Amino acid sequence: MSGFIGDWHALAILFVAGVIPNQIWRMLGLWFGGGIDENSELLVWVRAVATAILAGIIAQIVVQPPGALASVPDWLRYGAVAAGFVVFMLARKSIFAGVIAGEIVMIAGKYWLG
Amino acid sequence: MALPPLDSPQWHTSFRAFLWGARSIGATVLTLVLFATYLGIGALAHDSGFSLGWTLASTAFVWAGPAQIIVITTLGSGATVLQSAIAVTVSAIRLFPMVVSVLPMMRTEQTKRRHLILVAHLTAVTLWVECFRFLPQVPRNRRIAFIHGLGCGLVTVCLIANTIGYMLAANLTPLFAAGMLMLTPLAFLFSTARNCRELADVIALVLGLLLFPLAAMLNSGVDILVSGVVAGTIAYGVHRARAGIVGARA
Repeated sequence: MSGFIGDWHALAILFVAGVIPNQIWRMLGLWFGGGIDENSELLVWVRAVATAILAGIIAQIVVQPPGALASVPDWLRYGAVAAGFVVFMLARKSIFAGVIAGEIVMIAGKYWLG
Repeated sequence: MALPPLDSPQWHTSFRAFLWGARSIGATVLTLVLFATYLGIGALAHDSGFSLGWTLASTAFVWAGPAQIIVITTLGSGATVLQSAIAVTVSAIRLFPMVVSVLPMMRTEQTKRRHLILVAHLTAVTLWVECFRFLPQVPRNRRIAFIHGLGCGLVTVCLIANTIGYMLAANLTPLFAAGMLMLTPLAFLFSTARNCRELADVIALVLGLLLFPLAAMLNSGVDILVSGVVAGTIAYGVHRARAGIVGARA
């Protein structure tokens, strides 16, 4: 089983770096949720920061690509995201249409480049 | 797929309600988006050097795509545990208002807090969106069971997608492996864009995308936090300024 789990150290790190810092907010919501107004100013700010962090992660994967994605030229990755976005908007904000269009542009472009 | 009417005997047992919830994963295109996202996360984890067991554990216990991607990309690129934990916890703050707004929809007078622990764990953006769509069609006393079914169904779909993505990343040609890795940013970009309700959300998304490359030049190890807090705060400032102008006119 060691191949499946890998080392236990990595699993411990997952709990400290990923599980606990994530779950704490759900449990706080469960314990203290009753008295908070969903439209309060603080939550508007929290939502804006959370959205911007997510945007940063998206940008990181596209700008500093991991693994096999690094073999695709910069301009093609940016172009694929842009093409996907245009289709997403044209298809009345269909996530699925946008993803498929972006993928087609990138894979076709990379295939064409060889 | 249509749910049975509110007075149907189908809702008499919690177990039936659980099954209706689990079946409802077939009634939403978001399941397909989740599948694509978790296919991408499986491939990302593989290419960042994590084991399949680790990847599945992260899906089962974290159950939040952004947090999982942060852990994988930050740890994979050499950040410390503390840096990862800070970035994860900031990204997870958004779960707080989601849990707060979802729980009142299924609370009854008999509901104890411990009955809602699993619902709180399963709450993430997809479930949150689907609660508003499905729950009005589910009798109040069966809503917890229904959400357990829907949530467990979605987790199962994602565990399968993780496994497939992980296996494919190990065996695909570089061309298709790149395509799998690209699923994550595309799916997240468009689902975030779709969820933008107010101008502040739109500005946060656009500025967050543009500021990250600048923040990355700092090489601080918490670049995502820096660009996120700056972009989010500017977006909030615009929201406040606009509210002030509208308020002054009124």
